[in-house]
Amino acid sequence: MIPAVAQQIWCVAALLGTTALAIASSRSRRSTALVYGATFAISLVALAGALFSLIARTGATELTLPIGLPWLGSHFRLDALAAFFLVVVNLGAATASLYGLGYGSHESTPQRILPFFPAFLAGMNLVVLADDAFTYLLCWEFMSLASWALVMAHHREADNTRAGYVYLVMASFGTLALLLAFGLLSGAGGSYSFAAIRSAEHTPSEAALVLALMLLGAGSKAGLVPLHVWLPLAHPAAPSHVSALMSGVMTKVAIYGFIRVVFDLLGPPSWSASVVVLILGGATAVIGILYALMENDLKRLLAYSTIENIGVIFTSLGLALAFQANGLGLAAALAFTAALFHVLNHSFFKSLLFFGAGAVLTSTGERDMEKLGGLIHRMPLTSFVFLVGCVAISALPPFNGFVSEWLMFQAVLLSPDLPQWGLKIMVPAIGALLALAAALAAACFVKAFGITFLGRARSPAAEAAGEVDRYSLAAMFALAALCFLAGILPGLVIDALSPVAEAMIGHRMPVQANDPWLSIVPIEESRSSYNGLLVFVFITAAASLAVYFIHRFASRAIRRGPAWGCGFSDPTPAAQYSGASFVQPIRRVFGTLVFQAREHVDMPAPGDLRPARFKVDIHDLVWERLYTPLTEAVWFLADRLNQLQFLTIRRYLSLVFATLVTLLLVLAIWS
Amino acid sequence: MVVISDIFVQLGQMALVLLLAPLLTGVVRKIKARLLRRRGPSIFQPYRDLLRLLRKEVVLAENASWLFRVTPYVTFAAIWVAAALVPTFASGLEFSWSADLIAIVALLGSARFFLALAGMDVGTSFGGIGSSREVMIAALAEPAMLLMVFCVALIAGSTQLSTVATFMASSEVGLRVSLGMAMIALIMVALAENARIPVDNPATHLELTMVHEAMILEYSGRHLAMIEFGAFLKLLLYISLIICVFFPWQITTEGAGPLSYLVSVAAYILKLAVASLLLAVFETATAKMRVFRVPEFLGAALMLGLLGTLLRFVSRGF
Repeated sequence: MIPAVAQQIWCVAALLGTTALAIASSRSRRSTALVYGATFAISLVALAGALFSLIARTGATELTLPIGLPWLGSHFRLDALAAFFLVVVNLGAATASLYGLGYGSHESTPQRILPFFPAFLAGMNLVVLADDAFTYLLCWEFMSLASWALVMAHHREADNTRAGYVYLVMASFGTLALLLAFGLLSGAGGSYSFAAIRSAEHTPSEAALVLALMLLGAGSKAGLVPLHVWLPLAHPAAPSHVSALMSGVMTKVAIYGFIRVVFDLLGPPSWSASVVVLILGGATAVIGILYALMENDLKRLLAYSTIENIGVIFTSLGLALAFQANGLGLAAALAFTAALFHVLNHSFFKSLLFFGAGAVLTSTGERDMEKLGGLIHRMPLTSFVFLVGCVAISALPPFNGFVSEWLMFQAVLLSPDLPQWGLKIMVPAIGALLALAAALAAACFVKAFGITFLGRARSPAAEAAGEVDRYSLAAMFALAALCFLAGILPGLVIDALSPVAEAMIGHRMPVQANDPWLSIVPIEESRSSYNGLLVFVFITAAASLAVYFIHRFASRAIRRGPAWGCGFSDPTPAAQYSGASFVQPIRRVFGTLVFQAREHVDMPAPGDLRPARFKVDIHDLVWERLYTPLTEAVWFLADRLNQLQFLTIRRYLSLVFATLVTLLLVLAIWS
Repeated sequence: MVVISDIFVQLGQMALVLLLAPLLTGVVRKIKARLLRRRGPSIFQPYRDLLRLLRKEVVLAENASWLFRVTPYVTFAAIWVAAALVPTFASGLEFSWSADLIAIVALLGSARFFLALAGMDVGTSFGGIGSSREVMIAALAEPAMLLMVFCVALIAGSTQLSTVATFMASSEVGLRVSLGMAMIALIMVALAENARIPVDNPATHLELTMVHEAMILEYSGRHLAMIEFGAFLKLLLYISLIICVFFPWQITTEGAGPLSYLVSVAAYILKLAVASLLLAVFETATAKMRVFRVPEFLGAALMLGLLGTLLRFVSRGF
């Protein structure tokens, strides 16, 4: 019996082998089916292994490979936390591969995707398995570069090169922050392995610095505001199954890094750290979903909604930090479990929604929602699963999004136990932000589904759409089923997450499996409980009862007629409500502040025959206030330093001499 | 034995809300008419309206999808389940532990989600305008409602409505400023959610002012009946919620005799009558506000909820 971690490493090796296979078979017509079939099988094996070690609580297994830095080797370890995130990664990978079997056949240049896809999967697996700082950073960079290559797959499309460039810059910046964080963690002794870092003592100022660097490094990969700017550019640029992996899974790998360092390696947190995480998380949630609401490109809307969900997860992690810093283990376990539950949920429904967007893209060639509409008639199955995803992500019962949101609210309600006044008052306010983000998310996905799938077709392409292939549908239905199952049987998920909470927090939520009727009870029954299964049964029973009585006793007649247009029916589908007009009320309420949105009406004078025009100005303040000045400063400096390129050899020599003397002087004064 | 009586209480309550909901709307309409010195239709008119709608055929728009036909039943079911979980006359409901106050808010959210989608299904401007305004109102009303829930839950130490009602009915609560604020916030949210004046006018069909009615403009026959019935139920639900959290006097707690059930049903109906009188007077006395004044109204509710929650911390006595 080989240890669990070795099994996972074998799977990674198989994925890397698939990359080689993809390169070798790039001229074959079969290569698409071959590569995705192989990654599908390997991901399923890895998923089974990870799920087994999570549920059977096999304990941590370690492995050292003699590769990497000489005399150091690469350390790998599979514990409960890693096992959980491997489940997330490989589940996403398996469904994306299944989807790719169908979706990939429409690809015009498959050789630009096929070699990098298994490499990307291998990179994500390796980051989660890494057990020393060097291996971790190396794998992190490998994952980033593989995903960058996938973002650049369609490099001839207009915005994609820019997206790739911004992504590369932000990814390098993130890795730099991580590098510094691990440098601080390993200390002067240079102990790279996580075991040594874990046992070392860290001063409070060191811990604060590491937390800040992790927020920059992992936060930029996960998409925390204001480091999110690359995400809505890069995620939609990739092919849809890769978008799903980047949004649904790679952001989770970043969260894994944050949890690994902050909850595991850094030792007991201070309560002030949680304040920073809470504020960043709450702000990210609300700002992310507002951006999503303003967006009319379906895939970019989904990418912005990812930012919101990352904010929600970070908020919950912040709550866990706050409780843990004050020794409230049970409450911390509740908040931490809620965060992990949301990680799992988000990987389900975001992958599902990106697959749906990809199906729409294959079928119509459009991502712009203003050119879609009426697809519910032409793509009935896709629209059904997309609706499931929308309901789940809007945190509506009985689906899974609601359960994690509910657990978070239960954690928020434990705030009176916190001793610090600042936290006591802040936590309910952050809870209000979470509630606002959830309500706005519902509005956003009413828009996403309503404009894309309902109404009348807004373009000939949408008119001529058809249902997608069976592989894509199978992947989407599998994820929709998981959304539903996790929603009605949340107790099973919470119990499966308990070893992770035990390992990271030292406490766990009460065992849920013994509760009657599979309901979940986070603290005690008189306080709060929820039963997704019963809620689902009640809704189904009530609806069936209503349908039965009405069809038994009331009129069953139906007549089809034209829609009521008050005597003047809309002549063209363009006169329907559009995405931009749908969010106009919300834009007026929130947008004037967050986006400085202004509406201009150009009304010609009476007698003037030119058409009236309406224009909306929306500003992306993060770009304009933060990144534009930054890039300008870099340009300015680069311009100045440019002169250094054209000096004579004497000047270069004198510069070298001056630098040497200065360094020696510094050294002399220092010691 | 206890379980059986609990199930009877639960079923009785589910039937009671169904029976009373149209009557409540009828009474409110009647009082409003009398306040305007009209005679007004009979208080049983809503029942007749429902029966008439049920007998009529459905006229579906040509491009209406399956979602349009499913939505009336889904929204009705979600609202009915939510209403069945609010204690009206007895607190120990058999299934009250299956969903707490937060879940009830979310169930109402599900109903609204589907209704807003149905408004966009046919692809007319009316449906779009209704849905778009409805989600704007909801985006503000839902957080306000949840803050009210936080405030109440922090005081009662539970989000379970039966526990909250039992706690509030006990004498140790007393008058508290934060509860008062939470109550005002809940009333404001209830007005917005039920499309009442000053947020929306349930009696108008003037395009520019309507929100809820615009969304359901395409519905007819039995579908419209289900939606109307859902709206009646929702009004009853919110009033029951206000009653059970803030005025739970005479509510039957567990282990009481059969006689107390009779008393508490009578008390509940009396409370409903008082509430409908207050609602009618309020609606007659105020004017509807412009759509873009609604965010200010709901923002005030949000702030009241937050203030109530924070005041809870500042002093235990409040």
